[in-house]
Amino acid sequence: MSGHLKSLLGWVDERFPLTANWKAHLSEYYAPKNFNFWYFFGSLALLVLVLQIVTGIFLVMHFKPDASLNAAGVPVAFASVEYIMRDVPWGWLIRYMHSTGASAFFIVVYMHMFRGMLYGSYRKPRELVWIFGMLIFLCLMAEAFFGYLLPWGQMSYWGAQVIVNLFSAIPFVGPDLSLWIRGDYVVGDATLNRFFAFHVIAVPLVLLGLVAAHILALHEVGSNNPDGIEIKKKKNAQGIPLDGIPFHPYYTVKDIVGVVVFLMVFTVIVFFTPEVGGYFLEYNNFFPANPLQTPPHIAPVWYFTPFYSILRAVTYPLFGIDAKFWGVVAMGASTLIFAFLPWLDRSPVKSIRYRGPIYKTFLAAFVICFFILGYLGVLPPTPARTLVSQICSVIYFAFFLLMPVYSRIDKCKPEPDRVTSSSHGVHK
Amino acid sequence: MKKFLIAILLAPVLAFASGVELHLDHAPDRSGDKAALQNGAKIFVNYCLNCHSASYMRYSRLKDIGLTEQQIKDNLLFTADKVGEPMSVAMRRAEAKQWFGVAPPDLTIIARARSSEFGSGADWLYTYLRTFYRDESRPTGWNNKVFANVGMPHVLWELQGEQIMGEDHELTLAKPGKLKPEAYDDTVADLVGFLQYMGEPVAETRKSLGWIVLLFLGVLLVLTYALKREYWKDVH
Repeated sequence: MSGHLKSLLGWVDERFPLTANWKAHLSEYYAPKNFNFWYFFGSLALLVLVLQIVTGIFLVMHFKPDASLNAAGVPVAFASVEYIMRDVPWGWLIRYMHSTGASAFFIVVYMHMFRGMLYGSYRKPRELVWIFGMLIFLCLMAEAFFGYLLPWGQMSYWGAQVIVNLFSAIPFVGPDLSLWIRGDYVVGDATLNRFFAFHVIAVPLVLLGLVAAHILALHEVGSNNPDGIEIKKKKNAQGIPLDGIPFHPYYTVKDIVGVVVFLMVFTVIVFFTPEVGGYFLEYNNFFPANPLQTPPHIAPVWYFTPFYSILRAVTYPLFGIDAKFWGVVAMGASTLIFAFLPWLDRSPVKSIRYRGPIYKTFLAAFVICFFILGYLGVLPPTPARTLVSQICSVIYFAFFLLMPVYSRIDKCKPEPDRVTSSSHGVHK
Repeated sequence: MKKFLIAILLAPVLAFASGVELHLDHAPDRSGDKAALQNGAKIFVNYCLNCHSASYMRYSRLKDIGLTEQQIKDNLLFTADKVGEPMSVAMRRAEAKQWFGVAPPDLTIIARARSSEFGSGADWLYTYLRTFYRDESRPTGWNNKVFANVGMPHVLWELQGEQIMGEDHELTLAKPGKLKPEAYDDTVADLVGFLQYMGEPVAETRKSLGWIVLLFLGVLLVLTYALKREYWKDVH
């Protein structure tokens, strides 16, 4: 570094902990050296967050949150999206990146969460890392829900109508609550405007704060690894973990490879099949919102469908309250229950590598049920499908609620003292 | 436990086997065929644009399909004064609603909206525009096989002629039109090709750009992977 730059850095460091932070979070943050494929998704989630914010800023420059009809009889909001797709230079690219980014966000976050479940990353001392992560997940769902209304297509409109109506199932306050959320008796211009405000300001602000907290908490306790053992227990004379390597440059250069691979998949979707067969962009959403015409089948976007299936699986009233209310409770519980994993899991080991057959079976059943529920959520219900989703919902909750028992009695293998595999996933 | 897992795996097979089938004919692919798209544009402007707008589409955009500004002005510009204007209609929506029961929808992105698990939006439109039949019980005298009790009369009847539906629900041509059946199918394919183009004018550009981006990322992947290997040589 040249003398001038060095003195500038010194000037800054006396006033702001630049070098100290660089060291604490990058060049002297020691991460386990045995991260595998599953450890790409944290940095990818951060990448997608940035992509969504940057593309979002440019979309806001041209989007108009206005439900009134233009001269051609089309809602202004809907027409402004088509304006972006046609008349704004590169608008189509920005819009497809944003719409694909929404689904990509959920894919990487689901992978990231599953990684935590595979290797017990939520276990002590990382409970807060996990809880901040769960709050991020809730924010992300809120962000996606608010954002989905904005194009003001048929699915935007009726999806929002269905979800807001769910709140009306809450006893006593429900109807007033849903009216308060909507700002009108039906989803309308007031709803569109407030959802826009939530989507572009409120939720992103909270999301950014939570992401910062998630990373700060992680760097306080250190990263877990595929062996689920603490690298901080074995340090050298300088106090550096024997199995740790500085995040920068090792994991920065490695994560860049992950980023490029991710971008290749992202490119294939954005440029060749942005609708992904109606899963990323629902076909019915190319019809402008029509409050007088309910679509025959209202399906949420794929990333909500597992929880939506659980909602629909509850078909009997309890304690004199509507089944719909209990469905809402079950759906809420199905998203919140992840947060309790640190206390539900009583296994002596963290990683799937050393867990016994019972946990592996339960986890496999959980994943299969999650996929089945997700698939059933896009389809219209039939009695047979409802039965399947009821069975899957029971297994979904059993995975969590029985965990204190089965994780304790499971036959685990002994954990090693040091991490066992190299970064290339080869067990030694 | 294993039996239980198998039961869960098999259950969806039972659960998913239901639902109504909609049979659609496969629309011939006209993407990139400029002559066909120009013919489709001509039919669209002459037969559809009287009642249906294409309000997100500007006339000037038709340069995409190989037309010059002068050609657009001379041959296609019926509903606006300037080529930069959108393809709107003069008919008032309130009146249109009175006449047809429902205001004719904007057609700019109809080819995208009509996509479903049964086929592409183009398939739907291709089938729809070829399955109008005489039905005296309807106010317009026309009905449709794909879109039951449709509000629109058969605007292309001059070209296709009149079909009737038999007891077996099959359509037969009772009165021939100006075009032979094959020529009519061809014309409809051009029109549908145009509607598909109009649904996303950038689609062809988008796909060709995609290869360039992938090529760039491919090179970047080689370089970044080499960088990663170089750094990780000393990690054991």
